[in-house]
Amino acid sequence: MNKMKELSVNHLLGIKYITEADIQLIFETADHFKEVINRPIKKVPSLRDVTIANLFFENSTRTRLSFELAEKRLSADVVNFSASSSSVKKGETLVDTVNNILSMKVDLVVMRHPNPGAGIFLSKNVSASIVNAGDGAHEHPTQALLDAYSIREKLGEVAGKKVVIVGDILHSRVALSNLFALQKLGAEVKVCGPLTLMPKHIEKLGVKVEPNLDKALAWCDVANMLRVQNERMEVSYFPSTREYVKQYGLNLERLQKLNKEITIMHPGPINRGVEITSDVADSNQSIILNQVENGVAIRMAVLYLLASKIKNYD
Amino acid sequence: MSQKQLLNTTELNVTLKRLACQLVENHHTFEDTVIIGLQPRGVDLAIRLVDILEKDYQLTNLKFGKLDITFYRDDFRRSNKVLEANTTEIQFVVENKRVVFVDDVLYTGRSIRSALTAIQSFGRPSEVELLCLIDRRFSRHLPIQPDYVGKHVDVINEEKVKVNWSEDNKDNSVILIDE
Repeated sequence: MNKMKELSVNHLLGIKYITEADIQLIFETADHFKEVINRPIKKVPSLRDVTIANLFFENSTRTRLSFELAEKRLSADVVNFSASSSSVKKGETLVDTVNNILSMKVDLVVMRHPNPGAGIFLSKNVSASIVNAGDGAHEHPTQALLDAYSIREKLGEVAGKKVVIVGDILHSRVALSNLFALQKLGAEVKVCGPLTLMPKHIEKLGVKVEPNLDKALAWCDVANMLRVQNERMEVSYFPSTREYVKQYGLNLERLQKLNKEITIMHPGPINRGVEITSDVADSNQSIILNQVENGVAIRMAVLYLLASKIKNYD
Repeated sequence: MSQKQLLNTTELNVTLKRLACQLVENHHTFEDTVIIGLQPRGVDLAIRLVDILEKDYQLTNLKFGKLDITFYRDDFRRSNKVLEANTTEIQFVVENKRVVFVDDVLYTGRSIRSALTAIQSFGRPSEVELLCLIDRRFSRHLPIQPDYVGKHVDVINEEKVKVNWSEDNKDNSVILIDE
C-alpha cells in the first residue's frame, strides 16, 4: 500500500468521515510537531500566511487554548470569537456570522457549537476549511485523536487494545468520536455507565455495554473516564452524586483489586471525587496531563494537513 | 531516460576523506562544532563523514544532529507536491556553537535558506558553514554558497543529480539522470 501523504478530506467534521489512513497520517505528523513543541523555540513558520478564526458558540477553556496555542506555534494569524460577546445574541444566523468573518479573508475556521451537525452544515455553505471543535453531543474529533494518540504513545499501538469509556455516554461527543477513532484503529471498545446515560441502540455501533464498572476495569487495558456533564442534564439521570460515585467513581481501592495495571484517561475538566478520585487522577497510571500536551501536537498536525490543501497561490 | 556516472565508489570515497580532512583543518578538535545533517539525504552523507572523523582522526564526542526543514519550506501550499516531514534529532543547543550543515546536492539554495531559519529554534550559532557533496553551479535562486564542496557540476535544470549510498559503502555512486 502506498503511504498516504494527504488527508482524504478538506474539513475535519468528525472521525466518522475520515479513514484509518487519515488518522495514521495525523499521528505521524503529530510526532514531528511533538518534537517541535519540546524545542527551546517552539514555533515553525509553516502557516504564516494562513488566517484562522476560532468561533466558539459554546464555552470552552482548554480546547480553545489548545487550538490557539497550536495555531500560534504554526505562526498562523488568529482571530477569536465567542458567542457571549457577539451579534449572535442579536439574532444573526450562523451562515451570516461566518460569512462576515470569511469576508475578512479567513482560510480556516475552528468551530464549537451547541448544535449537532453545525460543522457539517457550515462546510456545505461557506468556502473555508472547517475543523469541528465539538458540536453538541455529536462529535469532538480532535479530542478523540489526541486520546487515541496518547494510548498509542503509552502502549505502543492502539490496535488490539481494550478500551472502556466510562460515564455519561448519552451527552458525550467525546465518547462518540472516541468510539469511531478506536474502532477504526482496531481497538475493542466497551462503554460503561448508568443505563439512563446510555444512548439507545448503542450496540449497533459495535460496542458492548457493561453496566458494572469493576467488571469493565477487569476487562480493559485503558479506562477513559468521562465527566458527568451536569450542565447538559435537564432532568436527573441518577438518584444522587453519592450513588454515582459509589457505582461509577474510579478510586484507588478499585484499581488495587485488579491484578494488572491499567491506563487511566480523562478528557477534562475533572470533577475530582466524582468520576475519579484525586489519588487516581494524579497517579502514575494516569496520562491525563500527557493528553493535554498531545492535544497541542495533534491540533497542529490537523491544521497543518488541512492548510496544505488550501492553495491561495494558483 | 539516460544516466551518466559522475563519481564511482572509489572516487566518492576519496572525496569523502578529503571533505573530512578539510573539516578537521578548520575545526581541529570539534570542541565547539556541531555537525547537522539535513534530512533526508544530507544525513546519509553526514553519518559517513562522522564515521571517517571518528576512525581516521580519533575524534570522540562529536556532536551530530539531524534537521528536518519541511515546516520551514517556502513552497508550502504553493507546489502540488505533498511535503513529507522527517524526524529532527538535535539533543543539544547550538547557542554559540559553530554549525556545519551537511547536504548531498546543493541546487537552488532554498533548502539551505529554510535550514538557516530552522536552526534558530535551537539557539543562535556563532557561525554556520555549508558542506555539500555536489554543487550544481549556476542554478542558485538565492545568494548561498558552500564552504566545502565534493565536486562542482554544471547541469541543466531538466537533469537530476542523485547520490546513491549502499549500506556497506561498497557500491556508492553519484549519477546524472536526464529525464
